[in-house]
Amino acid sequence: MNITEIYKSMDYSPAPESPDLAFEWLQKHKAGFGLFINGKWHKPKTAKVFKTVNPASGQKLAAVTEAGKSEVDTAVKAAKLAFPKWNALSGHQRARYLYAIARQIQKHSRLFAVLESLDNGKTIRETRDIDIPLVIRHFYHHAGWAQTLESEFPEHTPLGAVGQIIPWNFPLMLLSWKIAPALAAGNTVVLKPAEFTPLTALLFAEICSQIGLPPGVLNVITGPGETGSLMVKHPDLKKIAFTGSTEIGRLIREQTANSDKKLTLELGGKSPFIVFEDADLDSAIEGLVDAIWFNQGQVCCAGSRLLVQESVAEKVTSRLKTRMAKLRVGDPLDKSMDMGAIIAPIQKKRIQKLVELGQKEGAEIWQWQGKLPEQGCYFPPTLLTNVSPASTVAQTEIFGPVLTSMTFRTPDEAVMLANNSAYGLAASVWSENINQSLHVAPKLKVGVVWINCTNQFDASAGFGGYRESGYGREGGHEGMLEYLKQKNEPSGTYKRLALKSVTKHSKTLNTELDRTAKLYIGAKQTRPDSGYSLPVVNADGSLAGEIGHGNRKDIRNAVEAANKASGWQSVTPHSRAQILYFIAENLETRADEFRNRLMKLTGVSGKQAVLEVETSVKRIFTYAALADKHEGLIHQPPMRGLALALNEPIGVMGIVCPDESPLLGMLSLLLPALAMGNTVVLIPSRPFALAATDFYQVLETSDVPSGVVNIVTGDALELGTVLAKHDDVAGLWVTGTTEECVNAKKFSSGNMKIIWTNDGKQLDWFDNQQSEGREWMRRAAQVKNVWIPYGE
Amino acid sequence: MTQESRNKGIPLNLDWVDSVQMNRSAIERRCSTMTKRRSIKKDWQAAWLLKSLSCIDLTTLSSDDTAERVKRLCAKALQPLRPKLIEGLDLGKLKPRVAAVCVYHAFVKTAVEVLQNSGIPVAAVSTGFPHGLNPLLRRIEEIRDSVAAGAQEIDIVITRAHVFSQNWHGLYDEITSFREVCGNAHLKTILGTGELGTFRNVAKASLVCMMAGADFIKTSTGKEGVNATLPVSLVMLRMIREYFENTGYYVGFKPAGGIRTARQSLDWLVLMKEELGREWMEPKLFRFGASGLLTDIERQLEHHLTGRYSAAHRQPAA
Repeated sequence: MNITEIYKSMDYSPAPESPDLAFEWLQKHKAGFGLFINGKWHKPKTAKVFKTVNPASGQKLAAVTEAGKSEVDTAVKAAKLAFPKWNALSGHQRARYLYAIARQIQKHSRLFAVLESLDNGKTIRETRDIDIPLVIRHFYHHAGWAQTLESEFPEHTPLGAVGQIIPWNFPLMLLSWKIAPALAAGNTVVLKPAEFTPLTALLFAEICSQIGLPPGVLNVITGPGETGSLMVKHPDLKKIAFTGSTEIGRLIREQTANSDKKLTLELGGKSPFIVFEDADLDSAIEGLVDAIWFNQGQVCCAGSRLLVQESVAEKVTSRLKTRMAKLRVGDPLDKSMDMGAIIAPIQKKRIQKLVELGQKEGAEIWQWQGKLPEQGCYFPPTLLTNVSPASTVAQTEIFGPVLTSMTFRTPDEAVMLANNSAYGLAASVWSENINQSLHVAPKLKVGVVWINCTNQFDASAGFGGYRESGYGREGGHEGMLEYLKQKNEPSGTYKRLALKSVTKHSKTLNTELDRTAKLYIGAKQTRPDSGYSLPVVNADGSLAGEIGHGNRKDIRNAVEAANKASGWQSVTPHSRAQILYFIAENLETRADEFRNRLMKLTGVSGKQAVLEVETSVKRIFTYAALADKHEGLIHQPPMRGLALALNEPIGVMGIVCPDESPLLGMLSLLLPALAMGNTVVLIPSRPFALAATDFYQVLETSDVPSGVVNIVTGDALELGTVLAKHDDVAGLWVTGTTEECVNAKKFSSGNMKIIWTNDGKQLDWFDNQQSEGREWMRRAAQVKNVWIPYGE
Repeated sequence: MTQESRNKGIPLNLDWVDSVQMNRSAIERRCSTMTKRRSIKKDWQAAWLLKSLSCIDLTTLSSDDTAERVKRLCAKALQPLRPKLIEGLDLGKLKPRVAAVCVYHAFVKTAVEVLQNSGIPVAAVSTGFPHGLNPLLRRIEEIRDSVAAGAQEIDIVITRAHVFSQNWHGLYDEITSFREVCGNAHLKTILGTGELGTFRNVAKASLVCMMAGADFIKTSTGKEGVNATLPVSLVMLRMIREYFENTGYYVGFKPAGGIRTARQSLDWLVLMKEELGREWMEPKLFRFGASGLLTDIERQLEHHLTGRYSAAHRQPAA
């Protein structure tokens, strides 16, 4: 085309970014990449080799080594050995390394950007303008956390060698999300990039060599899922941080159940994109482009479910189609492309299949009409309308450039539809009414809410999901905590007390009127479904009383009651504190009764029993105090706006209590959950259950709303397992034997509930540092980040 | 544009005006990424810059303007590129020319004389430019005089006070009376966006002007503290699009003030293409109000030809 022809057509030009320097770098490694272990490159002769290809052309880019068992072992060993020295460095010294990494990436930013585009198929615009700048920002930000670690986290210490497994959709960005906080906190790392996209991680390893990062602090090993599986099972890795599919996340949850590995999972999503009638519609449509056609829709938090208010639905659909037609899809290295290639043919097939299924189920399809490149792996931007919540495509994560659209009538219906998902990663809310937006944001069961924006990320703001989108946060203060543990950790092996049988029979006629301990469900004392009772035996061998033998149906009823009581979370923190104080008041009134009960049941001295009751009252005061003080943060991402990190309750929590210190142990777990706004199904100590059933009388007199606390007595392992398997329980705390903890972790993978266990270790309930305070409030909460850009 | 397809205006629709929503952060975000989403290089850049040139309202609006100065400007309008450049670019029948010459009323006659038979219209700024605070009748007279003097385009300023008081009836009536007296001359309404405070005000004022029959909506007089910006332009373009969707009338857009570089002009063309489409990339629907821009375009075109970076003094002055 000559100038006059262009003058007529006013088309865009091809604007290819040169891949020459990236190919030059690849050429240097044409013999194949090794594994980066202990600061050196290893290429074991026995190891298998796999190739990585450019999705935009199908051409091979490089040969990469597959790490097998012995390589994984070597890498973990290197990380483990490097840990003490790395951890012994001052925060400032570690900060200098992270700063140097940030600088080095900045210096080679274009090489990273081009290489990422080649390996992944995403556009150079995105790698250049979004991914790499976020990576650099992440290392700078975390250099800051390293610098201030001792003062910011004085009660914490790093975990040790950690394993990190990242996906192919944001290879370098998610590498930075993993590595930066891990190193800043003083851990050492074994990282496995995705099989499809290992190259930028390998270049990153080179960069770390260049800046002189001590050997073993970072190890990069490549390979398929099996390599990751070897890491997950490795006993010397103290934590696994995984980003990827919910399916694999669930597997990892199960595989790590029998260990005390810390786990963070950042999994799939089906994020709603809610457009109210009073939104700036054109901006909302532009938001949709960034939500679902960013990175070809291969984004865990992609706004893939458009929910639009009926009154503007037609307008939005028609404008959206006009906008879609203007998208440019093609060569990812062309600087004028909006969308590049899909990662691999297998993904493309999956997308195609789901779209076809959607159509079969009644969806109407509208696709971008442009010409896709003949070579390479491309899928056109796609809109599915006439979709209902019952459609597969409305529930299943497609992980491609496919938007489904539904309508709603009222804000409540929008929230209902938005929450009608097993996932809970992110949501966008578009409305020019700040009242509307801020009213809706807390009701959405997601980890991130973007008001009038979408897909905003920053190192300072935590990212992570609710529900089956995983748990744990990456970024910011909350993200750092995922790579730290409390200095004062429980130790020793937890043992359940042996159940006694009645050995001492009362010779005199029992003239005391029978007081039957029942289950406590929905503020009602109810008999167990089973119709059986279990004996509770005093320390002296006499029968203390009988408790209901709760079973799965009782748990079901209790969970239902707890769910109905969800209004507890919108009770103001001040009022929650008042109710907790009231509990303390009523407990103290009955202090003698509880002292006697504890003495008789457990056989402790009067002094010890008094101490337990008094400590319990103090503990209630602590959580009444904290109820309105576990405040969120206001992050400062580089934008004009606020990112509010809100501490929200988890929801319905199951709590399995310890045997010992039956009152204090139970309250130490129950109180932070209540203070934070959770509703609870409590499984008290089996041998000393009467301490708990006595306690429901305290609850009854303390204005605790119906269903907020439910107590089901019975066998801890049996009932704990039912709770773990219950998909309407959002969180589970278990203090018990190793077997109970393993069980709980394994069976809770179904709905990915947030879980805490004592890992089979013994807590000291009288130790305030270990058993009381903010750490417990944090455990009882999940952080929701609400992004609110502003400006008129 | 034929007279038939001109915006005839519609009755003032306040429900529509009230429904306007603009989100500043989202609009700024769109603008900050849009120009990075598109890259225009080599021959394309030359062609696009020629398009920019063809959309320029070559302007002089200084207090010290004289007839001689205006004549010089008109000469430049007639020959915006050196013959050598035109030859080098191999433009065939394509004769680069600017869209219009824009002057104060006092120089309309002079400009019309120099430009006669060239096909280049003369635009007059009017209605108490740049403040717009003269009595209404006098402002109307001003338009009448400029049209009588041969101006084919009239750039008026709106009464900003109407916007601040949300007096949309006042604004609507004012513009319809201006439009009426324009007759066949095209009406460009200058909003003075830098002074309107919010994007919502800009959007509503844009809409009311279009309802009242504006042929173009224009950002600025060039005399405000803040003149044409991409975000404010996006706001106005989206209103043009919405007005077109609802009425079928094409309304043009003119950013003015502060657009000095060839690179900037490309950003605006990209904005037009992405938001409104190819049709809106022609002088009948798009103008730059600029004076220095032409020189920079010449420099860039020379660079395109020679591969050497050029200097402003090598380009004939306006």
